[in-house]
This record gives sequence, structure tokens and C-alpha cells, in this order.
Amino acid sequence: MIKFILMVNRQGQTRLSRYYQPVELNRRALLEADVVRCCLSRKKDQVSCSFVEYKDFKLVYRQYAALYIVVGVTDSENELSVYELVHNFVEVLDKYFSRVSELDIMFNLDRVHVILDEMIQNGHIVETNKSRILAPLTALDKMADG
Amino acid sequence: MSPSVPLQEMIRAIRSARTQCEERGVIQRECAAIRAQFRQSDNGGRSHNLAKLLYVHMLGYPAHFGQMECVRMIASPRYSEKRVGYLGAMMLLDEKQDASLLITNSIKNDLSHSNQYVQSLALCTLACMGSAEMCRDLAPEIDRLLRASNSYIKKKAALCAVHIVRKVNDLGELFAPAARALLSEKNHGVLHGAVVLITELCERNPETLERFRKTVPDLVQIMKGLVISGYSPEHDVAGISDPFLQVRILRLLRILGRHNEAASDAMNDLLAQVATNTDSTKTVGNAVLYETVLTVLDIKSESGLRVLAVNILGRFLLNNDRNIRYIAMISLQKIVGTDHNAVQRHRGTIVDCLKDQDASVKRRALDLSLALVSASNIRSMMKELLLFLSSCPPELRSQAASGIFNAAERYAPSQRWHIDTILHVLTTAGGDVRDETVPNLIQLITNASELHCYTVHKLYRALLSDISQQSLVQVACWCIGEYGDLLLRGECQETEPVQVTEDDVLDALETVLQSHMSSPATRGFALTATMKLSTRITDNVDRIRSIVSIYGSCIDVELQQRAVEYNALFKKYDHMRAAVLERMPVIEKNSPGHMNGESMGEAIKEIQPAKVKQGEPLLPLQPANQVCDLLDLLGGSEETLQPSPAVGGTAPGLSINTGSSAGGDLLDLLGGLEPAPAVAPAPTVQVYDKDGVTLTLSCEKQSDSGLTVTLTASNSTDSDISSFTLQAAVPKSVQLHMKAPSGDFLPARGAAKVTQTVALNNPNKVNLKMRIRVSYTKQGSAFQDTVQIDTFPGLNAAGH
Repeated sequence: MIKFILMVNRQGQTRLSRYYQPVELNRRALLEADVVRCCLSRKKDQVSCSFVEYKDFKLVYRQYAALYIVVGVTDSENELSVYELVHNFVEVLDKYFSRVSELDIMFNLDRVHVILDEMIQNGHIVETNKSRILAPLTALDKMADG
Repeated sequence: MSPSVPLQEMIRAIRSARTQCEERGVIQRECAAIRAQFRQSDNGGRSHNLAKLLYVHMLGYPAHFGQMECVRMIASPRYSEKRVGYLGAMMLLDEKQDASLLITNSIKNDLSHSNQYVQSLALCTLACMGSAEMCRDLAPEIDRLLRASNSYIKKKAALCAVHIVRKVNDLGELFAPAARALLSEKNHGVLHGAVVLITELCERNPETLERFRKTVPDLVQIMKGLVISGYSPEHDVAGISDPFLQVRILRLLRILGRHNEAASDAMNDLLAQVATNTDSTKTVGNAVLYETVLTVLDIKSESGLRVLAVNILGRFLLNNDRNIRYIAMISLQKIVGTDHNAVQRHRGTIVDCLKDQDASVKRRALDLSLALVSASNIRSMMKELLLFLSSCPPELRSQAASGIFNAAERYAPSQRWHIDTILHVLTTAGGDVRDETVPNLIQLITNASELHCYTVHKLYRALLSDISQQSLVQVACWCIGEYGDLLLRGECQETEPVQVTEDDVLDALETVLQSHMSSPATRGFALTATMKLSTRITDNVDRIRSIVSIYGSCIDVELQQRAVEYNALFKKYDHMRAAVLERMPVIEKNSPGHMNGESMGEAIKEIQPAKVKQGEPLLPLQPANQVCDLLDLLGGSEETLQPSPAVGGTAPGLSINTGSSAGGDLLDLLGGLEPAPAVAPAPTVQVYDKDGVTLTLSCEKQSDSGLTVTLTASNSTDSDISSFTLQAAVPKSVQLHMKAPSGDFLPARGAAKVTQTVALNNPNKVNLKMRIRVSYTKQGSAFQDTVQIDTFPGLNAAGH
């Protein structure tokens, strides 16, 4: 199962964090800093492997421009599948925000959380179909405007 | 939900803060404003405030004062407030907080709300942070929702059920039938949720697993549909139809097919089809193939399928993408135990991966390479591994070094190769090896007696070049001390000779002694080595004397003690020096006397002065005195210390307290005895019976002069006896060798016995007598007694 999802930029600032296994608040900052350090210190994309063995679980990370998306998974999870899930998530964001950027995520954090909740619940994948994920959100937008 | 303007403004303000201090100031002001507004009863901006608070919380600042606000907002009828309230609940609350109890009622109401989005919010929150009580309360609701007609709700309910099952195991039974029904759904989201739920149920409860085995045909059907079906725009990801669902189903099939022939048979066709039809050019395809391979290897599949799986892994290994190589190596690691030959075929690629630049790939390659080492490929593999060791990242060094040592020990083709390998490792990674490497290496060197010359030359050269690696320096000092004469002789067949003078050697040792890089243990090694050289070289004995006396006032107590004792050896016991510093015997592995070769040298030097009856109170050693007494009892013995290799062998026995092998070995002045093979049992006789402790003796004749005596002790009192030891003494011309006893603890009332075997050799055919001293501790006090045995059963009176 997925333990947590983090979006961190190159300076180490967390842009999004979601934990599916309870982690105490004071430990979170430490964990995030440590995880980011692990990923930032790897060499450039072509040379590095996207999977890192960290403590007793694994990290799957992907870099998109200046933003790193890091997913912590348990050992039993299929790493390539999670790798693809990350890309799927980014594609959904892309579709909703039309060419998503880091600022979009920052300023619309609550919506990003809604999208994330539609895709991943309780550490497992719920839905991966882009239109179905965005359906409730577009409906809500219409409700709010109308 | 229109974008939250106040939230955006706050974010802009935070971002414009230049320093950490400024940012803290902005956030504190905002938090104060939010707190003030929370206290006001009702205003339209509540959701914005909470959203701001959540943002602040994500940055890491405390936000617990928002919890009650969350509870209030969840109960509000407006959707926007509910949404933010639930999000806040998921992020700020967990089951440890008291406020979470307050939202139970709200969740219950919302689960039956007419609006599906509100229902989904409630489900999501429950799945995220529901406590055990909440789950128990709301489980029937979830079950109802699982059977509802709305697929949007059903998929969320399925995952909520997963959470409930995790929290409260017993409720799994409740959801099993509903889960079964869900498998016939068309909606992929629901299918996905259903598969996850069934996986969770099966993992928790083996009976449920049995029941769900019947669903294997259904699952196979669904998979077939996914694989064969053409392009479906709804679920397509890079050309593959819903790979996430495929991976999930494969994992469930793995769990269902494990250890079960029937289920595995049903899956065979499907797995073969998936393996061959899936497009492996994209990562998604590879993800599905990976899961398929894992499944094939885990269930009882037929051999053709297994071969197919291993081939796929081999293809993965050759892939350029490092991710793929990484997962290939992980999978190969799982099967290297069972399908060793199949993995061996890919050894070349794996060894190449050792040179990869990526740390994760290197780690996997190291593990796998170590597992693939075998007797046939040891030489080439070791070359690669040693190359890897010199360039590997520091966190992998110690693992690599110990792996290399294990492999070398198991498959070394020759002793010289073994020693070379260990020396190479010590020079490259000496700081990361384990502590017992030094004694292991020393033991190995003493065993390879024909290589002493070669070894000492190599070590000397290594010492000259670098004295920073402590393990290497310790071994080098020890060898130079032991085999210094071979070094000075200058000729050696195995390597080119180098002219070494005595001064050079002493210079080298002195450098080690004085260098600040040497640890105290290393200095001890060097000092003892210098001392040992005093018997092996001829000219510079005075120089050695001066070195040793300098260290007599050293600050380090250990060095000082050694130097003082060596000094004493020079002055008062000069006649014994040659005997004391003789060559060490071959050390046996795992014998009771197996210890660091260095401390064996210590022990020799310590007991000799004690044995000599000159009343020198250098190091009174209790066992030594006892044994001396025993010797006296046998009618006096002015033993002149005969230098013999056996002397070395006795030393370690005294430094440890394991039973009478100590005393027996010490008595072994006249040379050791090889253990004689056991023969048919012989008559026993009881030789000692006092205070409830009985000792019986039986002996068997091994050869013309050899005899094996077995002593059995038992305890018939009501209290346990511990530290039970036996010591034996025989007449002078008889050789005695005591083996290790079976134990030293005699439980009360004869529950168990202790046996001890003694091998005797009577070449001169003297009258065989044996005196045995029994010592033990009972109820906290020590007892001791002696008994003499004049007649041995099974022997005639002459004692042959």
C-alpha cells in the first residue's frame, strides 16, 4: 500500500503532503526533509533509478521540471505500477488545470486534494480514468458558479 | 467552489517573505486572525479560514486549534463548508484526538445523505481516520452502500470496507458476500475496489481465502477481457487496457494460487497469454509483465511457464532503463535459491551492473552477485567483486567486504589465493571489516605453513606502504613477529625476494608503535612482535631491549604492563626467553582454546613464570596453581620446561574457565595425543560417591598403548550443581589428553549427566594410575575433592 505522497520542489519546500499511515506531526517535517535529501542527491535522470530503498520501505520518485513527486510504498507493492500512477496523477492535473505548474498546485491546494482523494483512497488506487476522476470536480465547479 | 481568494492572498504574502523569520511573522499574524474569527459565531468566510489553516498546517506549523472548527463545519449544511471541514478532519484529526468522536454522528448522517458527493466525503473521511469504535458502529451502513446501485459510491465504499477490515478483523465476514457480488461489475473503479477488498480479506483470514478460491475463474475471465480487448479509450494507458486493474488482479491471483495446485492450473493459460501478448516497449507493459512474473514464480506453475518468466526477467536485465533492471534484479534475488542455474545464465549482465553509476542498482547487483558465487566461477567473480569494492559507495562497503569473506571462505581454490584475497580486501577497505577478521586471518595463515615466507613478504611490503588500516597493520605485525626470520633470510620462491635487514624491520615496527594513527590494540601487537623478534634475530637485541624499556613508562596501561613484563623477561628470565617466544602452533578453529592469536602469546608468557617454583608473584593464576598441586601429588616432579609446541597449545586453556580441558592441557607437557577412534563400550566402575555426587568410569582400549576413559557424573541431591569441573593427573610417562566435557551443570535428582572423555597413551607400559580432582558449586558454596584410581576396569593389573 501507499504510505504517503509528497510534492517537493528543489529548494525542499513541501507543496503537497498526504499521509495514508498516521505519522506524528513533529516527525513529518523530519521525514520529508530526509526523503527529499535522498532524492535530490541522486544524479541526473538518465543515470538514476527511480526507486530508492529507504529504511524499511521504498520510495518511488519522479521529477517534473522543478517539482519532485515522491511516493512512499511498502515492499510488497509493484514499483513500476506506482511509477505509472504518479504519471497518471500528473496527467489528470494537467487536464484539469490545462498545463499545470507549481503555482497552480500551490494556489489551488484544496482542489488538488480533492483530485487526489478521488484517485487514491486509504493507500490504494480507486480510480485511474481521467474523465471519471474529474467528473465530480467539474460538477462542483458548475454548482458553485451557477 | 470558487477559488479561495483570501487563501490565495495569504499564500502570496507567505511567498513574498524573504527570510524564515519574516515568514513566521506572517503566519503568526494570520493564525491570530483565524483564531479570532473562529471565536465569532457564524460568518461566511469560515471555509476560507479553515483552508488557510490547512495550508499553514502543511508547512509544518501547529494548527490544532482548528479541530473544533472542523467538527462544526462538518455539521454545516453547506457543501463548501462540509468539504473543507472533512478535509480538515482528515488532515488534522486522527483517532487519538478526542474531537474525532464528535464527528461520528455527522458521518453517520452524511452516509445516508441524498447527495452522492456528500456521501463520498463521509466515506472518504471514515476510510482515512476511522477508529475501531466508529468502524464497528458504521459497518452495517457500509455494507448497505456496497450493494447500492450507484457505482461512484460503491467503489468508495469498497475501499472504506478495506479500512474497516484492517481496524476490526472480525468484520471481514460481514463484507465477504458483498465483495463476491461486486466482482460481476462492469465499472472498473468498482472492480478495482472489489479486488482490493478481496485481497485484504484473503490476507487476513485463511478460511476466507479458501472460499474465494472459487472466484479464480471469474478473475481469469475479467483478465482475459482486459488483455484481449481492443483499444478502449476509457481505460487506456499507453496502449494497455487499464494496467492498474490488471496488476491488481494478478496480485490477487498470486495470493489465491499459492500452495494450491487446482487454482494454479486454472491460471496457467491466462498467465502465459498475458506474458506473451503484453507490449513491453512501454513502462506500463513492463509493469504488467513484472507482476505476471512475480505471480508465476510464486504459485505452483508448470515448468514451461517458469522458464518463460525467467526469460522475461533476462530481457528486463538487458533493458537500458535502469528501473527495469532494478526490478529484474529484485525478482531474480527471490528465485536465486530455487532456480540457481537459470539465474547463473545471466551472471555476466549482473556483474556488469556492478559498475553502474546508480546506487540502488549497485546495491541489488551486489546482493545478487554474492548469491551467485559458486565453486566454478569463484576466480572471475572475485576479481569483479574486488574491483567493485575499490569503487563502491561507503554505505555498501562493509556489506561487500563481509560478503567477499564468506564467499572466499566457502569456495577458495587454494590457500594462497585465499590469503591474497583477504589481503587485498584489507588494503582497500580495511576500515570497514568486522573485528573477527584479524583472528580469522591469523588462523588461516598459521594453517598454511608452506606459505609463511610468501605471506610475511607480502605483509611487510603492505606495511611499508600504508599503516592506516588497523586490521592490516595488526596482522602484518603479528606475522613479522612470528616469521621474522623467514623475512630476513631474504629468499622466497613465490615472490621476488627483497633484501631486508634487521634494522629495516625494526624501523617498520617502531613506526607503527609511534604513529598517531595506530590504535592501542595495534600498538600492543607491534610491541609483542618486537619482543618476539628478539629471539629470531641476532644483532640488534640491544635495540629491542631499549625499545621495550622505553614503553615501560608509557601512559597506556596495557602497553606499560606488557613492556614491564618483557623487561622482566630480559632481565630475570633470560634463559626462558627462547622458549617463551617460540613459534606458535597451528590454531584450531572453534576449539575451546580458539582466541585471538595475540592473547595466546599473552597467556604463554603469563603462566610460565607462575609454574616455575621460584616464588615469583608475577601473575598468580589460580588454575595453574591447582594443577601444580596435582602434579606435586603424583610424587614430585621437577619439571624442566621442555620447549615444545604443546606448550603453546596449553596456554589458551588457562585463560578461560571452561572445565578441565584447562588442567588437562597444561599437564600435556609431553606432547599432545591424537584422539583415538571410539570402540565398543566397556565395563564401568563407580569411582567416587560422596555428598550425592557420583562419578563412574569406563575405559576402552584403543591400541596397544592407547586408552580412552569416559567419566560420567551425576547428581542425586535435591539441589542443582553448577560449574562442575574435573581435573586429572597421571604418572609422568603417561600422556593425557582431555576432551571438552559435555557440560558443567548437573541438575538435581539425576535429571541429566555430564560426561568427559579422556584419552591416555601409555607407551612405556607403566602402572596406570589416575588422580581426579572434582570441583563444583552447590547452593552458592564451592566444593572440592580428590580421588585416586588405581585399577581400571578392562585392564589387567599391570595397567597395559
